[in-house]
Amino acid sequence: MKRVYVNEKWCLGCHLCEYYCAFAETGEKDMARALRDGKIKPRINIEEKDGVSFAVSCRHCPEPLCVKGCITGALTIADEVITVDDDRCVSCYTCILSCPFGAISTSDDGAVQKCELCVKTAGGMPACVKGCPNNAIVFEERG
Amino acid sequence: MSFSDKAKYIIIGNSAAGIGATEGIRQVDKQGEITIITDEKEHTYSRPLISYLLLGKVRQETMKYRPDNFYKQNNCSLLHGSVTEINPKEKQVILADGKPIKYDKLLVATGSRAFVPPFEGLETVKNKTTFMSLDDAVKLDKMLSQNQLNKRVLIVGAGLIGLKCAEGISKSSSKITVLDLAPQILSSILDEGGAKLMQKHIEDKGIEFKLSANIGYFEENAAVLKSGEKIDFDILVLAVGVRPNTELLKGIAEIERGIVINAKSETTAPDIYSAGDCTQTLDVSSGQDKIMALLPNAYMQGECAGINMAGGEKAFDKAIPMNAVGFFGLHVITSGNYDGEVYSENTDSTYKQLFYSDNKLNGYILIGNVEKAGIYTALIRERTLLDSIDFELICERPGLMAFTKEERFAKLGRCAV
Repeated sequence: MKRVYVNEKWCLGCHLCEYYCAFAETGEKDMARALRDGKIKPRINIEEKDGVSFAVSCRHCPEPLCVKGCITGALTIADEVITVDDDRCVSCYTCILSCPFGAISTSDDGAVQKCELCVKTAGGMPACVKGCPNNAIVFEERG
Repeated sequence: MSFSDKAKYIIIGNSAAGIGATEGIRQVDKQGEITIITDEKEHTYSRPLISYLLLGKVRQETMKYRPDNFYKQNNCSLLHGSVTEINPKEKQVILADGKPIKYDKLLVATGSRAFVPPFEGLETVKNKTTFMSLDDAVKLDKMLSQNQLNKRVLIVGAGLIGLKCAEGISKSSSKITVLDLAPQILSSILDEGGAKLMQKHIEDKGIEFKLSANIGYFEENAAVLKSGEKIDFDILVLAVGVRPNTELLKGIAEIERGIVINAKSETTAPDIYSAGDCTQTLDVSSGQDKIMALLPNAYMQGECAGINMAGGEKAFDKAIPMNAVGFFGLHVITSGNYDGEVYSENTDSTYKQLFYSDNKLNGYILIGNVEKAGIYTALIRERTLLDSIDFELICERPGLMAFTKEERFAKLGRCAV
């Protein structure tokens, strides 16, 4: 199973992954137009401090605490990808309480948000990986 | 296992623990016969959603804890009935109509029920309900939609259930008063400072509190306090507390406050497992045995029970108290216990307390800003040594940056486990 892996040695801290992620969610064609409001709420987030930076997004854990703890059944894992059913999520944030990576976040539209490997949008290659200019985020199979 | 000796699994309870057990069994045994016995009439539903139902945020259809095809997909049967007795010698459960059903492995996931203290005069109150089940919610909704009735509601109990109820009926009632014996709200999950912030937020939404209030007796439409004060109401909601449903295992397995289980979800009786709100188990944050009636723990104990019932190997030994809940848009996440030194960071609308001692994080309270709370939860759950991370940094903001480079690589560069 291919997953998103992060190599902090190559991360430039440019935040482009965050912009590509937010752009992919909009489903629009023109990035500048889609993100013109300026404030973005991506599903991948850069942590940075003292010259070190790296991206964090859902690890799609095989034993997912978020799915097991979900009080409504909105979070499910199928074909090794964890997704949220927005209609069933009530934003209780039990998943935010549970995720050891801090990879699930609040949103303004009534459901939590997380990386779904672009299964619902771009399809195939995750947008953050495609957009990373320095190959610090890769989508590959690892043991 | 050949077709003829298919294992017979009986699960008593159709909520999170029972569903977890079904999914756990099916991870190991695709063939065995699973029967879920429930005394409720519905498809499995998420109990905490009953307040959202009253608020109109979910419908009965979207309250389902698992999809419509769940029972079919997991090849299990749902039996509506109530178990009155367990016969461990014959390995049978006995239904209310006297019918026995055989089991090889049994799970008792009977949950908890509302505790109603024997208040004087309570029997004279006509419009009253507890707030635990879908039936309760439907009953309350009906009372609130009766036209002739004024809609002043008194809720006894300022805990999670009472306050979620208050939020749920805030639009359909004319006045809500929440009363509690304790001097603060949410005493099971918040400290005094956190409770004050949340109380003010809820009061701003028009809900009135009577705290440190001791009920003397009830009249049909009023509660008379021991202080002499009288609180009039049209509808009474009793949300004082819950009690574990342990009776079925009385004399069969060890029961303290809840049914005693180990990390494999086994009771002290052979081939009988238990999970969820009816059990007590080890809280690793405090080292004490506790009843932790929380949905995530219920599911994980149930799943663990199911795997072991089916012959697999599983231990759920990381249970801790934890709660994520919001009231009128203000969110709270708490976990662990509140012993030790405190790191504190508060504003007018946010509250953050981290409790630590002996090089370990014991618990935390976050109100308002709850992002990445799970990073703190993991420190408690895993009993992470705080000198192995940048504790000062993680206190300020939860993140993976506080871990060593090697640890970060393990988390982000390798296959997750």
